Amino acid sequence: MPRWEHFSHGSDIGVRGFAATPDEAFEQAALALTSVVADLPQVAPINTIEVACEAPDLDLLLMSWLNAVIYEMAVRGMLFSEFHVAISGHSLTATLRGEKVDPERHLLAVEAKGATVTALNVARSSGGEWVAQCVVDV
Amino acid sequence: MNPQSLSRRSEFEWWIEPAGQMRVPAVIYADTSLIEGMDDKVREQVTNVATLPGIQRAAYAMPDAHWGYGFPIGGVAAFDPREGGVISAGGVGFDISCGVRTLHTPFNFAGLERYKADLAEVLFRTIPAGVGSTGDIRLEAQEMDAMLRGGARWAVSRGYGTTQDLDFIEEGGSAAEAKPECVSPEAKNRQSREMGTLGSGNHYLEVQRVAEFFDSAAAASFGLQQDELVVSIHCGSRGLGHQIGTDYLKGMVARGYGQIPDRELACTAIHSELGQQYLGAMRAATNCALANRQILTHLVREAFAQVLPDAKLTLLYDVSHNTCKIERHTIDGSTRELFVHRKGATRSFGPGHPALPAAYRHTGQPVLIGGTMGTESYILAGTAESERRSFSSACHGAGRAMSRTQAAKHWRGETLIEDLRARGILIRTRSFRGVAEEAPGAYKDVRAVAEAAEHAQLARRVARLVPVICVKD
Repeated sequence: MPRWEHFSHGSDIGVRGFAATPDEAFEQAALALTSVVADLPQVAPINTIEVACEAPDLDLLLMSWLNAVIYEMAVRGMLFSEFHVAISGHSLTATLRGEKVDPERHLLAVEAKGATVTALNVARSSGGEWVAQCVVDV
Repeated sequence: MNPQSLSRRSEFEWWIEPAGQMRVPAVIYADTSLIEGMDDKVREQVTNVATLPGIQRAAYAMPDAHWGYGFPIGGVAAFDPREGGVISAGGVGFDISCGVRTLHTPFNFAGLERYKADLAEVLFRTIPAGVGSTGDIRLEAQEMDAMLRGGARWAVSRGYGTTQDLDFIEEGGSAAEAKPECVSPEAKNRQSREMGTLGSGNHYLEVQRVAEFFDSAAAASFGLQQDELVVSIHCGSRGLGHQIGTDYLKGMVARGYGQIPDRELACTAIHSELGQQYLGAMRAATNCALANRQILTHLVREAFAQVLPDAKLTLLYDVSHNTCKIERHTIDGSTRELFVHRKGATRSFGPGHPALPAAYRHTGQPVLIGGTMGTESYILAGTAESERRSFSSACHGAGRAMSRTQAAKHWRGETLIEDLRARGILIRTRSFRGVAEEAPGAYKDVRAVAEAAEHAQLARRVARLVPVICVKD
């Protein structure tokens, strides 16, 4: 079952998504990212944004993906609560749904500065589940 | 970290002798208790830094070191371009030129209670802080480039502060050889609404009381008085710096990491095209941070003037603690121009250094150490010994002892704010969760960090500051 979690880092915070496919694991990691910044259930999927990115390998594609989400959050002043990712080789296209930041309602915590190479890993576990994770600088 | 795994050279100096790919030793400055509290990742990361091409003398970790990205936070390393030296985006950090600025006020703690609540409220309303916060300043393309070239000098020329302020900022308020053309459109776009904003996380604006002197002569040189109120601002280059860090980390990782033990250490030769582009962009981000703190200073002055019309706030000093700077240091008896990375570390030039303002030249550089909203901060002075011990570097803050995840589970923001109010500290925030993640208990003992810095001769303590108002998001 797709799910996400945070994991500890000395100064910042790790995001980790689990799912049956890399595409869904990337989506889950992005939900974990939103949950670093705000209270995810409070974010309504009202407006739609399209993004695309590519990288030399799947690990770096995850970093590029999360950085693309961070960029859209920053420049649009938005938070996102639904993600649909389609990976093809080492590139992806995605749809993000969310809304403008509302400091009163979204229970904001901290800004995400960027996704890092620290603990960066996209891999299939022995049980067949995909895991996508890295530490985010906040 | 197990102290037994290190070679102890003195009470406050611990070595990891060169082995494997290490080109130089790794040196950690701390007392036994701080070493025991450090993550094993600090040992791993400072050891990895010691393998990088062109590194000089040693890879250093300051007393507040903790797990970072490639470099430990609290890491210092200097590279010689003539020996294939490198520059690393991770060795500078995402929040390029993040730093602390402290302002004198003419007010004494004794009179604070009369206007404390009003001042806290006006500061909170005046200083944009927190996730998604924006300032009133919008920079068009040409003006953005002028800001990226000029830093605090640009800000003063646009009416934010005075030319006297510039004397008390590293590099006179402007990093030379900044190249706005090496900054991506995305980075500039990310900054377009963020000038004059504090940010979130561990950034803050505090009104503090000068609670104790350790060195009265140095305190007098810095213009400090017992029980004076000062204002400290901790923030950096905002979205522009974050995006430059993102862009160039990606570029350096994509370039490959060859024999480097960890791709987190992604770096490139200083003289390479990518290295020169990063340097130009990083200096532009430095100017963005200096301009941002200058604008915030202007906003603080406006806020004070609303409550205390006679307020005249002057700059004590402004330090950056995520940087790479060209400096002259002595290696084996010869003076060389080195690229000194300080990731979560403060420059600490000793007495007599020509880069210091005349007023501080006999004392050494003010080293501004940020604590937590519930403990204390410190002003130290750079020492002559720090040149040989750490390329003139000292610590930058308390350093986290507990992750954000753990802290958010352990504390409630509302309770913390109430507890601090009972101790006379007013917190103004929109984010209870942010306060919980930044709980004072989630940080190391800043007193122990400052003491270790002094005992290791990196800098000497001058004054202790305690918070009375904190704006934070």
